[in-house]
Order: sequence, then structure tokens, then C-alpha cells
Amino acid sequence: MSAQADTDEPLLRVRGLAKHFPVRSGLRRTGLVKAVDGLDFDVRPGETLGLVGESGCGKTTTGRMLVRLLEPTAGSIEFAGRDITHAGRRELRSLRQDLQIIFQDPYASLNPRHTVGRIVAMPLQVNGIIPPGGVKKRVQELLELVGLNPEHYNRYPHEFSGGQRQRIGIARALALRPKLIVADEPVSALDVSIQAQVVNLLRDLQRDLDLAFVFIAHDLAVVRHFCQRVAVMYLGKVVEIGDRDDIYERPQHPYTRALLSAIPDVTQLGAAGRIRLSGDVPTPLDPPSGCRFRTRCWKAQERCATEEPALVSRGGDQATACHFPETGPVGDDARPAGPEATGAGTTVEEVSR
Amino acid sequence: MSLSPAEGTALAEIESGGADGEQKTLVGRSPGQLVRSRLRGDRTALVSGVVLVFFVLLAVGAPLVQRLYGVSPNEQFGDLLDSTGMPLGYVGGISGDHWFGLEPGLGRDIFIRMIFGIRTSLLIALGAALITTAIGVVLGILAGYLGGVVDAVISWITDVALAMPFLIFALAVVPTFSLRFYGPRDEVPTWFAVTTLIVVFTAFGWTSTARLVRGQVVSLREREFVEAAKASGAGLAHMLFRQLLPNIWAPILVSFSLLVPSYVTSEAALSFLGVGLPESVPSFGRMIYRSIDYLQTDPAYVFFPGITIFALVLAFNLFGDALRDALDPKSSR
Repeated sequence: MSAQADTDEPLLRVRGLAKHFPVRSGLRRTGLVKAVDGLDFDVRPGETLGLVGESGCGKTTTGRMLVRLLEPTAGSIEFAGRDITHAGRRELRSLRQDLQIIFQDPYASLNPRHTVGRIVAMPLQVNGIIPPGGVKKRVQELLELVGLNPEHYNRYPHEFSGGQRQRIGIARALALRPKLIVADEPVSALDVSIQAQVVNLLRDLQRDLDLAFVFIAHDLAVVRHFCQRVAVMYLGKVVEIGDRDDIYERPQHPYTRALLSAIPDVTQLGAAGRIRLSGDVPTPLDPPSGCRFRTRCWKAQERCATEEPALVSRGGDQATACHFPETGPVGDDARPAGPEATGAGTTVEEVSR
Repeated sequence: MSLSPAEGTALAEIESGGADGEQKTLVGRSPGQLVRSRLRGDRTALVSGVVLVFFVLLAVGAPLVQRLYGVSPNEQFGDLLDSTGMPLGYVGGISGDHWFGLEPGLGRDIFIRMIFGIRTSLLIALGAALITTAIGVVLGILAGYLGGVVDAVISWITDVALAMPFLIFALAVVPTFSLRFYGPRDEVPTWFAVTTLIVVFTAFGWTSTARLVRGQVVSLREREFVEAAKASGAGLAHMLFRQLLPNIWAPILVSFSLLVPSYVTSEAALSFLGVGLPESVPSFGRMIYRSIDYLQTDPAYVFFPGITIFALVLAFNLFGDALRDALDPKSSR
């Protein structure tokens, strides 16, 4: 499937996507929050792209722009070869069927006054689609597909647990047989044991229905489990993008390294390999000049402040936005021996001092 | 839309893995059935509902009642009054012919006037409350959901309408309105007076409902289920009336069940002040106002209309309450 996907046109092509929120005090505009500031990425048919980064880096804003719940300030979104950046509701009609979203909070994303049947049938209803065999039959098929009892058709959302509610949300997103689903932190509101069930369900569906996913998450382990490609975001920009194994084993951007080193690892007690970043994420109201990560980067030099690094590939499918990318693999076997790893060890001390 | 092969296998997998041999009977009650069965199981709802139906039947069937009873609402029985105008006999002149006695002064039959009074009062109150609620809900939901300029304009109109004193406005407008269509000496027809009252009530009444609904919608607007509908391509009408409205029925029903009795008394007040219905039209409200003068001399005159309006208002409130409970999917009843 991946070999075929490589040759295909990308299903979703995002170029220079930006969203700026004006900050007003009274009538005057006093600032501009650059929540997302120039994103480039592609999603091929049937591919899962993970979008990771810490809180406030613009992941959710990106997801909402992709399904056009938010109007992009700049840039373009192309879906299946059509520019949908500023398409109106009527133009979007046909695309809505191919582009759906799963929400983070399973308690807020289902209308409490609608039955499960009505919730799942809603996308069919608003698009005026009557499937063969009737809406009810289709809804019951969908409920079964996501592992719910079709007899629950007439129940209300409050009668379900968080995981079951999220399954209802997934069934609703599947109702129109989309090609791409934007999953906005679909499991972060769930218990860990339920997370695994829901992620596995999503993965089965992705394989069986050949869905493409933009999977927004802050849990790196979940992303590694689910996604073929991963994009790392920092302060409204993609700092690194590449195949899962490249990102997790050979990260080139210092921020990706720091992020990966923060994954708790029970086999490795103590803070030996942990890269501790000092300070907080700078405010998107006034992002740093040049490289946005330079204020917290242990490798930052003068050039980082003056020149913004472009997201370029250094061979292969992996692209990094850094002037001084890391080269070695990450892993406990390489760390004590390699000269790069010892270098990183000293910088850890510097950074966390 | 048929099942894709891949989806079909997924389904087959789930079926073979999960529930093989298990008899699948798709049961479950629809929301409508659920509401009905809840209402049936709620004794308060039953009693108040029966009382309401009884009043409505009386109002609708008033001419039939008149035929069976044999007395017309404007018939005067002066011979059954004493020299001071008080009804002869005990408890306000109750007898086999006049079940609730006679009015002091004019000697009209209280029972049949009350039946016709219920008819007028319910027509005005229900009509005004329905129109008021409809306008208030539509404008409030639009203002809350769309925000921006629409919200600013609707909220501004609401504020202005709320700032105007209702009684002074009604006193000024109703006679002017009648004079516009009928001469000062002409008899104003009943339907015209009723329509004028409904229009005046509606012009002022929608604002409170609109404001209530707007507040509710603003708090719901940012919820993710609204965004989910938007992401599926739902239009404005679907968003407002299918997604948002079911979530705000409770406050709307409460405000409706409070509006009806308040219109009954407002109509009474306006009729009392002479700008409502003409004297010949039996009005429930006006009866109560007249009867208060006879509180000490003829308590029966106060008692019957009083107990009836009490029952009517109580039934409305209780039934509104029960309906709200039945519509709430989370309520356990």
C-alpha cells in the first residue's frame, strides 16, 4: 500500500498555511497571535500523518483549518487536487463527504439531546444522503463497525462511557465514507486502557477502509503506534517531518530530540538521557526572530537569531528546519559510546543548570 | 451507498468475533415514545394534563355548554336580585338554574360567563404566548448563534423594548389603534379587540424570551457537537433548530408556562382599565377584577373565578415542569 501511495498525488497538500488571531483591547488591535505560521505538508491517500508538539503549538488550530472550521489567514489547502482554502459552504458540500473530523472531548462532541442513531445519521441527513436500505440500517452498520451494539440506536450519549462515546464520534465521522479524517487528540481524554482500544480501532479502520489520517496528539507513544509519518510542531511551525522510524530513531532537530527524551522509560531509571529544556515556550504574540526554538536550544548560535531555517531535506524523506541538525541515532546503546552523545550529555548539564 | 468490500470484511470480522449465534433483536424505544411513557408514568403530569384538557374542552365547547345549560352569557336576571343589587338566596344566589350564582348588580349568570371567559382568556393568553415564544426563540437563537452585527441589532432592539413601560404604551396604543380602523362611536368587533391585545402582548413579550434563549445559545455555541455538525456541512437551519434548539427546550417551556398565566392577568388588567375587551365580551380577567369589590358582601362571586384561575395557572406550571422533565434524557423518571 505504501509503495502505491508514494506514486500517488497527495490527497491533501498544505502550503504556507497560517492562522493569526487578532488581539483586541477595545476597538484597537493591539497584537496578533500567530497560532499557526506557515505550515507545509502533504498527506497521501491511505497515509497516517501524526502531528505532535506541546500544548499551544498550533496543532488543534491546524486541524480545524484542515476541515475548514477556521478560516486560514494565509496559505493554501488543496484536497484531491482542488483548492479548498476559501471554498464556501456549497462548494465544500462534495468535499465534506471526503473530509471529516474526530474531536478530542467525547463529552462535548455529542449533542446530549440527540439519540446515538440521530448523532451518527446527522452527516447523512444534512447532506441529504439516503443510503440503500435506509438510514437506520446504515447507522446500525456503522455502530457495529466501531464495535458498538446496534441496539443502542435509541440511547442517549450520557448512557455511555468515554470510550464508547468516542466510538460514536468515530462512527459519525465514518458515516460519509471519508477519505481523510482529522483526529484531534482522539484519545487524550480517555483512560489509558481505553486509549489502546480506541487507537487499535482507528488503526483497523484505517487499514480496512484505506483511510488517510491527520492524527493530532501530544502522546508520542500513541503516535508511534499509529502513524506512518510524523510532523513535529513548535510554536506554529513544523520543525521536522519524516517517516516514523526516522523521526523516532534518527531525529535531526534538537527540539525533536528533547521531546523524545521526555518519554518516560521504565527500563532506564533516572534522568540519564533526559534533555531538559529551560524556560517556557515563547508567546506566539511575539515569536523569536530567526529560528523559533533558539531561545531554548542548547546549540543556538548567532545565525539562528538572524536567519530562519527552512524545512529542508538532507537526503531521504525526512526534512528538518534547523541550521545545525543532529546526525546520530537516538538510543541508549549509542549514547554512552558515540562522541555526539557525550556532547549531548554535557549540553544537558548546561541546559538544566 | 453500499458496503465496500473492505468494510464488509471488517463487519464480518466483528460479527464472527463478537456475537455469533446471538439472536439480534433490535429493540429500544424512540425518543417520542420515551417522552410519552414518561409523561404517562408521572402522576403530576397526568393530573395537570387532564385539568388543562378539561379547560380547553370547556373553552372550545362553550356554545355547546350554553345550549345544554340554557342561559346565555349576557342574559340579565334582575328579578333574582334584591333592591341593593345583591343576588337573592344563599351563597350568591346558587340554585339549580344558576349553578355558580349571579353577578351582583347586573344579575348575569356566573357559570356561563366563566365558561365564555375561559374561552376568551385562553385564546388571548395562549395565542400571545405562542407567538411571543416563537418570535423570541427565533430572534434569540439567531442573535446567539450568529453573533456580530445581527446580535448587536437584536440585542439593541431587545433593550429598547424592555425599557419601554408596557402599561403606558398599551394605554396609548390600543385606543389609537382602534380609532385608526373604526370611528369613535362604532362598536369595535371582538375579533379586532382580541387581535389588538395579542399584538400588544407580543410586541413586548418576545424580548424576555429572546434574551433568555440568546444567553443559552451563546453558552452552547462553542461546544464541539456544534462544530461537528458544521464540519459535516450542516446549514444554518439545521444548526439552529436541530442541534441547538433541543438543548434549550427546558428554559423555553418554563418561560412559556409562566407567560400564559401572566397574560391572563394582563388581559384582565387592560380590560379593567378600559383598553382591553369591550364590556359585553365575557372575560375571565375582568370578572375577577369586578368581583374583588364584592369580596365582603358576596364572597361566592370571588370564589368561583378565583378557584378556577388558580387551578388553570397551577395546571399550566405543573404540566410545563413535567414536560421539561420528560424531555430531559438524563432525568431518571
